[in-house]
Parts: sequence; structure tokens; C-alpha cells
Amino acid sequence: MTASNVVKRDAPSARPAPYRFSWAWLGVMPFFLFAFMFLIYPSSTIALGSFQDTNTHAFTLQNFVHLLQNPNLIGAYWISIKISLITSLGGGIFGFVLAYAAIRGGLPPFMRSSLMTFCGVASNFAGVPLAFAFIALLSPSGVLTGWLMAMGYNPYFHGFQLYTFWGLSIVYMYFQFPLMVLVIAPAIDGLRREWLEAAENLGASSFQYWRYVAFPILLPSILGTMILLFGNSFGAFATAQALTGGQINLVTIMVGAQLRGDVLGDAGLGYALALGMVVVMAIAITGYTVLQRQSERWLR
Amino acid sequence: MKRTGVIWSWFWMILGILYFFLPLVATFIFSLKAKLGVLSFLAYQQLFNDADFIKGFSYSVLWGVLTIIVGILIFFPTAYWVRIRLPQVRTAVEFVTLLPFVVPAIVFVFGLVRTFSHPPFLIVDSPALLVLAYTVLIMPYMYRSIDTGLRSIDVRTLTEAAQSLGAGWGTILFRVILPNIRVSIISGGFLGFAIVMGEYILAQYLAKPAFAPFLAYLIQQKAYEPAAATIVSIALTWACMGIIQLVGRGGTQPQIAGGH
Repeated sequence: MTASNVVKRDAPSARPAPYRFSWAWLGVMPFFLFAFMFLIYPSSTIALGSFQDTNTHAFTLQNFVHLLQNPNLIGAYWISIKISLITSLGGGIFGFVLAYAAIRGGLPPFMRSSLMTFCGVASNFAGVPLAFAFIALLSPSGVLTGWLMAMGYNPYFHGFQLYTFWGLSIVYMYFQFPLMVLVIAPAIDGLRREWLEAAENLGASSFQYWRYVAFPILLPSILGTMILLFGNSFGAFATAQALTGGQINLVTIMVGAQLRGDVLGDAGLGYALALGMVVVMAIAITGYTVLQRQSERWLR
Repeated sequence: MKRTGVIWSWFWMILGILYFFLPLVATFIFSLKAKLGVLSFLAYQQLFNDADFIKGFSYSVLWGVLTIIVGILIFFPTAYWVRIRLPQVRTAVEFVTLLPFVVPAIVFVFGLVRTFSHPPFLIVDSPALLVLAYTVLIMPYMYRSIDTGLRSIDVRTLTEAAQSLGAGWGTILFRVILPNIRVSIISGGFLGFAIVMGEYILAQYLAKPAFAPFLAYLIQQKAYEPAAATIVSIALTWACMGIIQLVGRGGTQPQIAGGH
């Protein structure tokens, strides 16, 4: 509701000033032109294609019907969602504990700055080199596998496989928990010492302090960051492709295969598959933004 | 903090350090095992004598440098202009800069190939498209870095002072404002460079020579040389992050990126 609807005046209002084009707008035109041409327009053609019949180009919802009826593609979404849930939860918890240990755990201050530096590197260290680092570590001829075998334990005799779901989860954790540390650290910093002291003065146990004070305050940040981690692994492609050679049925791998040469035999279905990813990412990023805003109420 | 608490803190830290370093140590050990029975730098020798490695690596450096230049030319004047003349479009601009997070890289390249592989925009084979696509990829990091830099200086006063001394817009932008935010430009630039150097998807699907696709190919072919190449890549990431830390000393926390 705008002010003009509320305030009723007797005298007719003055004519609005004639709209004058401001040349200042030209200053941001190159940016918007660039973003439109090389990001928004190409991405929107995917959305457009998913609502078009492959042959007639007429509007249709058929691609989405086919997508939902295809157990292979739904399975790909499910595996992607599962690995993102597991690594965002695992990476989130581990990252939080690490960050808390470094910031409030009574460790020497240099531990905090080193942890931050390591995490800055590790969250940037991903894709093909990361995949190979874990091949060197945990493949059947890997270094750690060798050490374990020398101690009489061969993980490959106990059902471990690097190139499968759980192996990939371990690799994804490598960039998940450092991101958690980096994003959650400011929230832990915002946890004021007075709150702990006040709780202790009132006779609260350590559990009660966490249950009734710290945890409720941190919860939006923790959840929000975990959603960010979810998106981070949901969109990941290079690591999985390089590690498994495309043998794992993630939705990014499917989109990649479709892009190489229409493996689905239906272009429209491929666009619908890709658009579904954008929808999941949009939900994740929106959730992160909303929760982050909520956590700012307490932590500033 | 009670004693047991400190012990637990150390426990988690050591676990984190192990997770962080074990893969790196394993890769390094692996890279030294090219000669049977002894440790040697043979894999590195072979790698540096591999013409394809030199080609992929140099091309990635070239893409990285061009991307940073294009990024600065597009994002710096925009961030400046928004700050000084058009604060009302700030939200719209920031929204657009975050869009690359919403569109996963594999979907993004899908759209690029679909859009630019037939007339009227038949430029899918042009290296320019790859550089512009990389510029989109690093936009969230670079724009934010530049904008943070602009926030920390008094843009308006500097602009007015320069104007009253008769400076034109080019002079103001590149000889007055830019040197004042060089720390942000350098951090954003090296972060972008690190991302481009490790990027796989765009180079692979736009069929251009680059380091990461070469490494992916090498993993399929050889055992020890990819270990050496991975060490080179890690060293490069460390160097970029180290430079960022060095120029931004006493600044904020390390930046967050990723090209998974």
C-alpha cells in the first residue's frame, strides 16, 4: 500500500514531474548487457527448451511428465540429493565442531588463524586435482590403503570402494567441512561471553546453556550454512566425473552426458533435467538467505 | 574452559588436520614413486617435458589473466557507478552477481552451447566465449571483493577532489580510485585466477585446452604424472591464497570459492 492511497487530499495533487531519462543509467548498461547476454539469456534458453516440444517447439509440459516417469532420472536426482544431504550434514557438524574448538575451545590463538587459512585453501581445492588426491590416498594402490594393509587391514576386503557413493561422499567432505568452518566462524564469534557468564551465574549447567541459549541462537546460522553446503555438493560435477569417470549416476553427470551427445534421445527431457537442478539450487540459496537474515537478529 | 574441553578441542583439531593433510601427503608420496624402488622426481621431469602439460597449463594461465582483465573492466566501473550515482540499482546488481550460484556450472555451459552454437550467435568456438564464461563464473567473488574495497574508502570525496582538479572519468576510475582499492582488486583477482586454473567444466565442454581437462585425461592414462600435476595445482592454489593473505594482512577471513 503506497502513501498516495492512504492520504486523501482535497486539492488535486500537482502534476508529476515529466519523466526525465537519466544518462546515469548508461553507466550500468555494459554490466547488465554482459550478464544478460552471457548468463541470463543462455540459462533461460534451458528453461524455455524444457517447456517446448522437441520437434514442434509448441508449448508443452510433457518433458516434465517424462522426467517424473523416468526412474533412471528420478534416481539420479535422488542420489544427488542423498549425497548432498549426507555431506552437508556430516560436513556441517564436523565443520561446526572444528570452528568451535578453534575459536572457543581454549586452544592457542594461532590455531584459529591456521585453521582459517587451511579452510580457505581446502574449500578452493576441488575438482579434478581433489579427485586425484583421494585416488592417491584411498584407491586400491593408494598410500593409506598400503599403510592399512601393512597393518593387516585391507579396507577393500571390508566392502569399501572409492569409486562409489560412500567413497565420493568422503571426497566431497573435503570441500564441505572447510566451507562450514569459514561461514560459521563469524556466528560463533557473535556468541557473547556475557551470555555464558549470565547462564552460569543463574546456575545453568553446560548442557542447559547449550540447550536454551547458544543452540537456539546459532540454529538459523547452522541450518542456513548446511543448506549452502547442500547446494555446494548438489551442483558439483568435476570431482565426481574425474573420480568415477562418469560411472556414478548423479544428476550433474547425467546433464553432462546429455550435453555431450543427447544420451536421453530427447532434447526437451534434457532441458527439463537441467532446469530441475536450477530449481533445487534456487530453493537452497533462498533458504540460506532467509536463515542468514534471521540469524543476524542476534549475531551482529 | 575446563581441562576435558581443551582435550576435546585438540582431538577435533587433529582430526581436521589429518583430513586436510593426508590426501596431500599421499599425493606427494605418490608423485615420488615413478621410479621402482626409490623415491625420485622422475614424474615431475616427465610432466614438465610433456608438451600437452605445458600447453594446457599455459592456456589456463592465459585464460586466467584475460578473465581477470575482463572482470576488472566490467565489474569495477559498475561497482563504482552504483556506489556514486545509482544506489537504487544496488539490489538488482547484487542479485545478478549471485546468479552464478543458482545456475550450476554444468547447466550454465549447457545453456552456452545451446545459445551460441547456431546463428545469430555462432561463437561457440571462439576463445572469447570461454573468457566471458569464466568472467561470469568469478563474478560473485570478484564483484564482492571490489565492492567491499569501494566501501572502505571515501569514493565521493576522492571523485570530487579529482573532478575539481580537472580529471576525466577515465583518470578518476583508473588513476585515482583503482590504486586506492588495489588490495581488493589483487585479492579478487588471485581468487578468480585460482578458480580459472582449476576449472574443468567450461574448458571441457567448450573444447578449449586447459589444465584441468588435461589432468582429467592424464588420470586415465598414467599413474604418477597426475600426482605430480596435482602437486603443481595445489602449490598454485596455495600461492594464490598466500598472496591474498599477504596483501590483505589484518583483513577479513579468507575468501570462499569453489569450482567443484
